Amino acid sequence: MAGAQLGPAASIGIEKMYDFEFDRPTSIQAAVDSLKTEEALAFSGGQTLMPTMKQRLAMPSKVVSLSAIEEMKGVRVEGSELWIGGATTHATVMRETAESYPAISSLAGRIGDPSVRSRGTIGGSVANNDPSACYPAGTLASKGVIVTDRREIPADEFFQGMFMTALEEGEIVTAVKMQIPDAAHYAKFIQPASRFPLTAVFVARYGDGVRVAVTGASESGVFRWTEAEEALSGNFSAEAVDGLATPDGSGMISDLHGTGDYRAHLVKVMTKRAVAAC
Amino acid sequence: MKVDMKVNGRAVSGEVEGRTLLVDFIRQTLRLTGTHVGCDTSQCGACTIHMNGEPVKSCSVLAVECEGAEITTIEGMANADGSLSTMQAAFQEHHGLQCGFCTPGMVMAATALLKENPSPSEAEIRHHLEGNICRCTGYHNIIKAVQAASGQDVQPVAAE
Ligand SMILES: Cc1cc2nc3c(=O)[nH]c(=O)nc-3n(C[C@H](O)[C@H](O)[C@H](O)COP(=O)(O)OP(=O)(O)OC[C@H]3O[C@@H](n4cnc5c(N)ncnc54)[C@H](O)[C@@H]3O)c2cc1C
Ligand code: FES
Ligand code: FES
Repeated sequence: MAGAQLGPAASIGIEKMYDFEFDRPTSIQAAVDSLKTEEALAFSGGQTLMPTMKQRLAMPSKVVSLSAIEEMKGVRVEGSELWIGGATTHATVMRETAESYPAISSLAGRIGDPSVRSRGTIGGSVANNDPSACYPAGTLASKGVIVTDRREIPADEFFQGMFMTALEEGEIVTAVKMQIPDAAHYAKFIQPASRFPLTAVFVARYGDGVRVAVTGASESGVFRWTEAEEALSGNFSAEAVDGLATPDGSGMISDLHGTGDYRAHLVKVMTKRAVAAC
Repeated sequence: MKVDMKVNGRAVSGEVEGRTLLVDFIRQTLRLTGTHVGCDTSQCGACTIHMNGEPVKSCSVLAVECEGAEITTIEGMANADGSLSTMQAAFQEHHGLQCGFCTPGMVMAATALLKENPSPSEAEIRHHLEGNICRCTGYHNIIKAVQAASGQDVQPVAAE
């Protein structure tokens, strides 16, 4: 075994994935052009895509890396609006929003582990729309807008179900914009083996109402719990949530970690915790 | 494809394919076998190295993505005179390892933590090391080693 692994050509890694053409453009326009090749795929932090490609669940013939596009990186605050470049890593968001939007900083700082946060990006997270991912909840609750190379899409229209988004073929998430609320908190009930949320709730309070976004629960991916939004907009307290019926567990994810009813129960518990921590 | 990077302060260049993993470039091409592969699925942290000063799992990074990057592996951690770094010595002193398989990744992750947070609490150390799995020690002595390396009193730690 050891002998077989030694020669550079006999690298164990060579067989792990099909080979592909690799491109690392330095501008959004060049990336869009490069993605026009058939079976080309955008590649950002690779924290979802690398394992997917190793399992051959994705087999792009060309990988277009977004990691060298400087115009897609960084965090800016303009008034009450937060702009996060699509290729900005979770670690950078954690550091650079600590003052301007602490609840988003805290969300970013609890994604996976430090190594995942060094590489994974907000653009990759929203484009992937994993039903248990953190950013879709933060973005939806924060009146988010997804900026792409060709248009701006409100978060309410962008997230369209488990791993489904409004993105067209070859469309790149270049930035995510959020409105900074008066108060917010992200309550994450962690699934310790994967470090994703089992269920998590992001609550954001604005002058004109409260938004409550839930991830890790529904089979249709991230959603807004509108009954809680209405109740909290009138009375922003954990007790206001107490009076509500638990969301219906029948459309919730059921797996070895928890039943749909358990997740539905968690939605209410985590909403109360988020409100109490605001 | 040719890729150029700096590894442990030394400029290296090598011929890779698009799909070559950074960990394989490090282990097979550069023959730096201190970086381990435990799971190869981004879960265990045995392959943790530093890329431009930040911890990353080298099994989930493409070598071509490291063009121009500064990479540090466990082989680059010792002091210039060859003695163990403070973190490495603390792992030895506080029995932070048994079989040693996870240790290179643990040392790289823990060293990255102290760069960001020179005096972390026990909870912060545990949170930061969530991506590094150890099958032997039960973690307590690893926590003690990190507390010692950060110049803090080593607390008797209780299981959570
Ligand atoms: C151990 C582990 C724990 C994790 N824990 C969590 C967690 O707790 N919470 C959480 O939310 N996530 C978690 N993740 C996922 C992580 O946040 C990923 O980084 C993220 O989901 C994908 O981002 P990426 O930049 O790595 O994207 P990639 O893996 O590079 O790409 C993912 C998908 O998005 C597409 N894509 C990437 N960037 C763009 C773009 N800018 N525009 C259009 N399409 C794009 C790709 O084509 C691909 O289909 C975890 C991952 C691991 C390995
Ligand atoms: S080998 Fe890379 S995380 Fe386990
Ligand atoms: S010392 Fe054996 S895995 Fe950690």
